[in-house]
Amino acid sequence: MSTPVHTLDRVVIRFAGDSGDGMQLTGDRFTSDTANAGNDFATLPNFPAEIRAPQGTIAGVSSFQLHFAGADIKTPGDKPDVLVAMNPAALRANLGDLKRGGVLLADSHEFTKRNLAKVGYQSNPLEDGSLADYQLHALDLTGLTVASVESFGLGRKEASRAKNMYALGLLTWLYSRPEAHTLEFLDRRFAAKPQIRDSNKAAFLAGHAYGETTETFAVRYEIPAAPAPAGTYRQISGNRALALGLMAAAVKADLPLFLGAYPITPASDVLHELSKAKNQGVTTFQAEDEIAAVGAALGASYAGALGVTTTSGPGMALKSETISLAIMLEQPLVVVDVQRAGPATGMPTKTEQADLFQSLYGRHGEAPLPVIAAQSPADCFDAAIEATRIALRYRTPVILLSDGYLANGAEPWLIPDLASIEPIEVGFATEPNGPDGTFLPYARDERLARPLAVPGTPGLEHRIGGIEKGDGTGNVSYDPDNHEKMVALRQAKVDGIVRDIPDLVVEDPSGGADVLVLGWGSTWGPIGAAATRVRNAGRAVATAHLRHLNPMPANTGEVLRRYRRVIVPEMNLGQLATVLRATYLVDVKSFSVVRGLPISPAELAPHLIDQIDSLGGNQ
Amino acid sequence: MTGLAQVPLALTPINRKEFVSDQEVRWCPGCGDYAVLAAFQSLMPQLGVRRENTVIVSGIGCSSRFPYYVDSYGMHSIHGRAPAIASGVALARDDLAVWVVTGDGDALSIGGNHLIHALRRNVNITIMLFNNRIYGLTKGQFSPTSETGKVTKSSPAGSVDAPFNPVALALGAGATFVARTIDSDRKHLTEVLTAAVNHRGASLVEIYQNCPIFNDDAFAGLKEPDSPAVVPLVDGQPVTFAGGEQAVVRSGDGTLIVRPTAEVDAGDIVVHDASADDPSVAFQLAQLTANQDLSRSPIGIFRSVDRPVFDDEARRQVHMPDDRSAALQELITGPDTWTVA
Repeated sequence: MSTPVHTLDRVVIRFAGDSGDGMQLTGDRFTSDTANAGNDFATLPNFPAEIRAPQGTIAGVSSFQLHFAGADIKTPGDKPDVLVAMNPAALRANLGDLKRGGVLLADSHEFTKRNLAKVGYQSNPLEDGSLADYQLHALDLTGLTVASVESFGLGRKEASRAKNMYALGLLTWLYSRPEAHTLEFLDRRFAAKPQIRDSNKAAFLAGHAYGETTETFAVRYEIPAAPAPAGTYRQISGNRALALGLMAAAVKADLPLFLGAYPITPASDVLHELSKAKNQGVTTFQAEDEIAAVGAALGASYAGALGVTTTSGPGMALKSETISLAIMLEQPLVVVDVQRAGPATGMPTKTEQADLFQSLYGRHGEAPLPVIAAQSPADCFDAAIEATRIALRYRTPVILLSDGYLANGAEPWLIPDLASIEPIEVGFATEPNGPDGTFLPYARDERLARPLAVPGTPGLEHRIGGIEKGDGTGNVSYDPDNHEKMVALRQAKVDGIVRDIPDLVVEDPSGGADVLVLGWGSTWGPIGAAATRVRNAGRAVATAHLRHLNPMPANTGEVLRRYRRVIVPEMNLGQLATVLRATYLVDVKSFSVVRGLPISPAELAPHLIDQIDSLGGNQ
Repeated sequence: MTGLAQVPLALTPINRKEFVSDQEVRWCPGCGDYAVLAAFQSLMPQLGVRRENTVIVSGIGCSSRFPYYVDSYGMHSIHGRAPAIASGVALARDDLAVWVVTGDGDALSIGGNHLIHALRRNVNITIMLFNNRIYGLTKGQFSPTSETGKVTKSSPAGSVDAPFNPVALALGAGATFVARTIDSDRKHLTEVLTAAVNHRGASLVEIYQNCPIFNDDAFAGLKEPDSPAVVPLVDGQPVTFAGGEQAVVRSGDGTLIVRPTAEVDAGDIVVHDASADDPSVAFQLAQLTANQDLSRSPIGIFRSVDRPVFDDEARRQVHMPDDRSAALQELITGPDTWTVA
């Protein structure tokens, strides 16, 4: 008997279970197979900050959502079509999101009286008919898993741990995926632990066989490969792309890469990735605190390396004094803020875009610096190179903004060819530039950038520091006129970066939109997806996205004034909207969502349609 | 390997004047910092390393103006952060002699965390800690080394803070080179700094430094010849002081005590061993310091031992591939790819 295969355009699957159930790994593996199948995809891992929250509680639920399709997609999707719930807590926390009529796969073994009571179920939803609106498959995943690994002599608890692989095997069958990739993965991952390796493989194959041999599922599905530009692809998460981008920038600048960092969620994976790259000439310094991390990066930059520090919001706050010093020193430095929900500890594993004000203004004195933001996981690579290019060219610290969603989310990536990336010319000073063979560390080139002489360069010995610099000489100066001049020069230098920034590009297929949706950072995906829905609903809408937040592209004001209404969706209370209103005197409207989750196209699209319709005219 | 082993040597001899910058020195008349600067500028040519390979990083405070006055590479940074910045310099480059100039407020108050971590890591830097037991630049508040009861503008009823003993703190942090010297003793200062910079790893030199404006004569008792307050530490020698009349011996309970030399057996006097692997005797010697009135204070090298050096070990793990682009392209591509035709 062969189960009929239906072809689908797109599917959103959410794996949900206890933090210890291996949902992130399961999701990651399924994503990998999705990539291998040539689908476009986007992922949203969502996990608790606690390492092991109490078992079976809502607080301990960890989930991984994957959206995959035979077409270009930009977000991890809204409502899942398929929910895998490994226990009652996972069901409780996620059922509200599952589409009516969606597939619900639950491990009935975990639906015990005790576990049900923990999350407030009076009766067992798998049995009481309350899930009649869904395609419910209640399987004893634990029991089936234990039976499938019986021959390996593991204890029951140990044996049941492979149930995530059993579920993965079942879904691999359901979505017509080959088994080989996961089997190879398990071989690699557990090479040193043959018993674990073999039991996981057995559970995975048993799950697959279960789909094939039982008649539980009436159909299986396949999703055709998405049309994509020709080339070789891989799956990439934002933090990994960021680490690779920093390495690429260092290679292109022909400088050693030095990362000073202190562990902080969700930025730590950049530290981990770069720590693994010592054989690429990368030095990582796990400092005693955030302040030392940026200090060491600044010291390394002064000594001639590409100095980088990575952190999240609370760490940014601690680094701000050193960033100000780097502004005064006019020393290159890349500061990465992988934003998370704040203030204070906030929600460390949840995403937000609320550090824009901190990045633009969070320093003492007149302390301008360039700020740029990545828009998708893969884009973190390009954004890192762009940040480095500006930092080195203009001798300035640069803040690069990512966020928790980009950091952990993954998407397909057309693998870049390093050779096609423009080199970055650093041009360290080697000769005196002043009268009588003297060196003027604060002389300036046509971009207002100063010469950098690294220690060890004979004849160019000089001192720099946090006290105001005499124009040209860099000597300590308390002269009022000089201070005003230097304040203006530092500002003019950063403002002048606009010459290197491409104009803001507007996407308006119909050419007749009244409403412009302007985004920055990770809202790129949701805005694009929402705009598609709006256009499919017969409305015209224009979109544009800011990579450069300081300075902004030269045509920004002109673009804003071109539209009857400008809407700025942000995962904050309207920070970019405020900046735009203040800078360009345009009455932009904010669409604000601060729930620790990416903005959903399903909530943005109706809002846009309302806004468009309220203007009348053009439909 | 010495602390300067990888720093290139000067091709021609350098003189003291070449280490004097064109900036006017702006410390108060009579400030102890002048003596340290002069000793430093005389010492540098003797080390024989290239001037351009010397980097001085300082924090904030009177003493932290030091880099401006030395014609080498230098950075006047942020309050308390010099050890962190210097760690980055030292880790990035093995061919630089990296000095940190700091004060008691800078190193022990706002920057205490960075100081202890640089010492425990054993980063190859030389730290000159100017201790004048007062905040000078902010005009006279008590510092973390001020004696309890100190009356200042911020402690009109007397400070209730207990002072740090910087030597004991450094030893507790696992420092491999710890010494104490006095601004007015040019010869001793020069000897100790020379030993410190030649030590591979983190060296902490506490320099008792007089602030004539806000804490004048804080170390007066230590400056007379054969002062009974100075306990000279000489490696391999019995620890005696006050012209040899007082001796340091081990008491029955294991602590170090002071007895008239005439009353003890010569064999019972503690013989100083700076290279002892166990820091506990050095720590006990540090406890001889009368932290309140400095009526007694050991001066010299408390500890000088070899331990793996952070930056050397970190560099050992890093390998720059011959073809960086090719190596990185391989990493970017990764093991798991698919191709769209």
